[in-house]
Amino acid sequence: MKPLTLLLFLLCLPGPARAQVLEVCASCPLPTVAAGLEQAAPYDTVWVRSGVYRESGLRIEKPLTLMGEAGAVIDGEHQGEIMQVASDSVSVLGLHLRNVGVSYTQDHAALRVIKSKYFRLENLKLEGLFFGIYLEKSSQGQVCNNQILGDAKEEFNSGNGIQLWYCQDVEVSGNTVHRVRDGIYLEFSDRIQIAGNISSGNVRYGLHFMFSNHDTYTNNLFEDNGAGVAVMFSKDIEMVGNTFRKNWGTASFGLLLKEINDARIAGNRFEENTVGISIEGSNRIEYLNNDFRANGWAIKVRGACYTNLFSGNNFMHNSFDVSYNSKVNDNRFEGNYWSAYSGYDLDRNGYGDVPHRPVKLFSYIVNRTPETLVLLRSPFMDLIDFSERVSPVFTPDNLLDPEPLIRPRP
Amino acid sequence: MFKIVRYSFQDLLRSRWSYVYFAFYLLLGFVMLFLNHDLAKGVITLMNVIIILVPLIATIFGVMYYYSSREFTALLLAQPIRRSRIFLGQYLGVAGSLSLSLVLGLGLPFVLYGLFRSPAIWDFVLLLVTGVFLNLIFTALAFLVALSNDNRIKGFGYAVLLWLFLAVVYDGIFLLSLILFEEYPLDSFALGATLLNPIDLSRTLILLKLDISALLGYTGAVFKAFFGTSLGMLVSLGVLGLWTAAPVAALVRKARHKDF
Amino acid sequence: MIEITNLHKRFGKNTVLSGVNLSLQEPGIHAVLGPNGSGKTTLIKSILGMVCPDQGSISIGGQPTGGQWLYRKDLGYLPQIAEFPGNLKVGELFRMIEDLRQQPAAPEPLVERFGLQPFLNKKLSTLSGGTRQKVNLVLTFMFEPPVYILDEPTTGLDPGALIALKELIRTRVGSGALFLITTHIMPLVEEMAQSVIYLLEGKVYFEGSLKTLYTLTGKTHVEPAIAAIAARHHV
Repeated sequence: MKPLTLLLFLLCLPGPARAQVLEVCASCPLPTVAAGLEQAAPYDTVWVRSGVYRESGLRIEKPLTLMGEAGAVIDGEHQGEIMQVASDSVSVLGLHLRNVGVSYTQDHAALRVIKSKYFRLENLKLEGLFFGIYLEKSSQGQVCNNQILGDAKEEFNSGNGIQLWYCQDVEVSGNTVHRVRDGIYLEFSDRIQIAGNISSGNVRYGLHFMFSNHDTYTNNLFEDNGAGVAVMFSKDIEMVGNTFRKNWGTASFGLLLKEINDARIAGNRFEENTVGISIEGSNRIEYLNNDFRANGWAIKVRGACYTNLFSGNNFMHNSFDVSYNSKVNDNRFEGNYWSAYSGYDLDRNGYGDVPHRPVKLFSYIVNRTPETLVLLRSPFMDLIDFSERVSPVFTPDNLLDPEPLIRPRP
Repeated sequence: MFKIVRYSFQDLLRSRWSYVYFAFYLLLGFVMLFLNHDLAKGVITLMNVIIILVPLIATIFGVMYYYSSREFTALLLAQPIRRSRIFLGQYLGVAGSLSLSLVLGLGLPFVLYGLFRSPAIWDFVLLLVTGVFLNLIFTALAFLVALSNDNRIKGFGYAVLLWLFLAVVYDGIFLLSLILFEEYPLDSFALGATLLNPIDLSRTLILLKLDISALLGYTGAVFKAFFGTSLGMLVSLGVLGLWTAAPVAALVRKARHKDF
Repeated sequence: MIEITNLHKRFGKNTVLSGVNLSLQEPGIHAVLGPNGSGKTTLIKSILGMVCPDQGSISIGGQPTGGQWLYRKDLGYLPQIAEFPGNLKVGELFRMIEDLRQQPAAPEPLVERFGLQPFLNKKLSTLSGGTRQKVNLVLTFMFEPPVYILDEPTTGLDPGALIALKELIRTRVGSGALFLITTHIMPLVEEMAQSVIYLLEGKVYFEGSLKTLYTLTGKTHVEPAIAAIAARHHV
């Protein structure tokens, strides 16, 4: 919603108690945002007119709506935090916050929400960042359609775009996060909905989960990050319809799963990542109908991973489709499409008549001696891969897709 | 000498093999692009073809041409022409016509699919350059083997074995030594072993151009640091040049002392 | 014109030439005789520079030939087996050799003489053995070098062509050319040769005029005469 229509809409609302609109502008009776916030009664609206306000350390301690006109800029001049919300039912809308103070001892944010409920942060633009939006022990809020543009170069002196720490039931959607450390970071945060965000060019992860459960992220785009998405020590995460692209670098991946149980990964696209999904110690995960295209490794399984199901995925033109470092296999591959499949379908039921073995001997060798990768695409390697496929010696015998699809799932 | 090149070339233009070869590449280019529609992907797939088939075809074609043009050679030997010119001329004629087939055969489909507007153009150019080098190298090796063996069957066998060695067996030995010595730092060794084999060198050059180096971890970084610089590129092309010059020089030497 | 000293050549274990000395100064026809495997073709190929001798030297017109190539301008060579690139047409072959030798050539009268006009636009691979030999002859005689080396020139020729060839040789001899001819046809030798070189097991057993050969052996024909020489040395 446009700020102005939103304003009109808000003005028409029957406020709990004579809700007012307080105008802040350079020539107004209230020339600073701080003054506006000070004057406002609970459930009032503070309307910040276009202009640059050089303020920091703002604190909202009562339920209200703080709204910026297009061109309303609060410049923190690198003095610590710009704004803190420490009350329920606060909305911060349409403002442009810039120049957060960088500190090595404190995580300064452009906008911090502390122990609050029912907050709404929308249409904000954050620039010149350390941390962007920092949600702390807060719940039932929304972070929508914000633009967060950092200029991070290294991990150690940069902060995260949107960080959730001990939060529950927050919706994070439609945001664009670019050039920060982690685009979106969740720690001890449950039941978070992350949808339709674009997280790109970040130094570390596009999206990062730590010890967070029952979260969902759908239809996001993670592109060109140090690594796409890292999900660690969490359970019951839904990952649906996301795109992981061009997370390309020596230690890079589209999606990292580490100690994850009971997750569902469905309908995602993994394109041109060094590793599509890197899996360590993750069990009971369903990988359904994902597209893996032109990755170095589509799926790299490390450590013990049990009872996972891979079904209906398209594996197309990856250097390695599946890499395994163990001889034991307790995972099932069923009805996937493999562009490397060389079988046939005589009965024309859409499934290949001979099983497909997705693990190449070469990938096994590369696991052992990484330098051998210089022989990638050597005819000799194709030859020994072929012989291994015919009679497996080194790769798990039961690691096969008994009924591979003949055509890619559309 | 250029007269000999011209006559060899004309001779080849008349033989249907050059057209078969040309048509093969043309078809390959179109099929590849028809299936892929993506020039960059096409380049990767073509690489596989180029590093295996170009050397093989150059080897077979070179040996075949040498043996089937023995009459022409005999005729020329009695003429007031320097021996080295005769063989160099024929060699350049064959290598030239093979390279032309390659460049035109693959070039046409790619140009028609909009190569000049594609960012893949430099990858493609590199692909063709290495392809042409492989043609030059393996035709020279084939000529050398054929010149050293009057028995056609033997010459053919040795030439194909040489191809097999460089294309396949070499990598096997390479792989084994990498695994055997995995305890040691192997990056310089891998780099050296790659430089020593023209097929491996071509493959690596193209792969790195296509930015597969990220897959290679630390070794990839070492490779990228070497091949990625213009100096590394120059060294690589220099090595390919050396690989061409050495058999050609041996060919000339051998030709000078051979009885016909 | 042709001076050969102490020429040795082995192919592997086979000694083909062992100390050949020859000096051919007079224009005219010199016939090289000898059984199969006696080294005739190797001798000829050594002169042409197609075979590199192990030892000894050859000079033509006073110039040593070892490692040289320009002297072949002065040689016309008719190989024993006419081998041509099959893709070429007869006319093209003539033009190509003319172009490669960079010497004036006159193939037309020869083409007429051997009746090759109908074949000028035919590919060489389609020609019969006799016709190929005629093409071979045209190639050799379309230039006018001072020295001709003919290896079994009469192979496959019909009588008409043979007569034409003999005439051609006589005309060239008349204008001062030197011919070195190997042949098995003795009447041809008796009819035309000024001198005979008899080669056996890589050595020259006789070199001299026909007359000398006859008086030396007391025979009146070449065949029994050389047989006598061979017999004498083997006793």
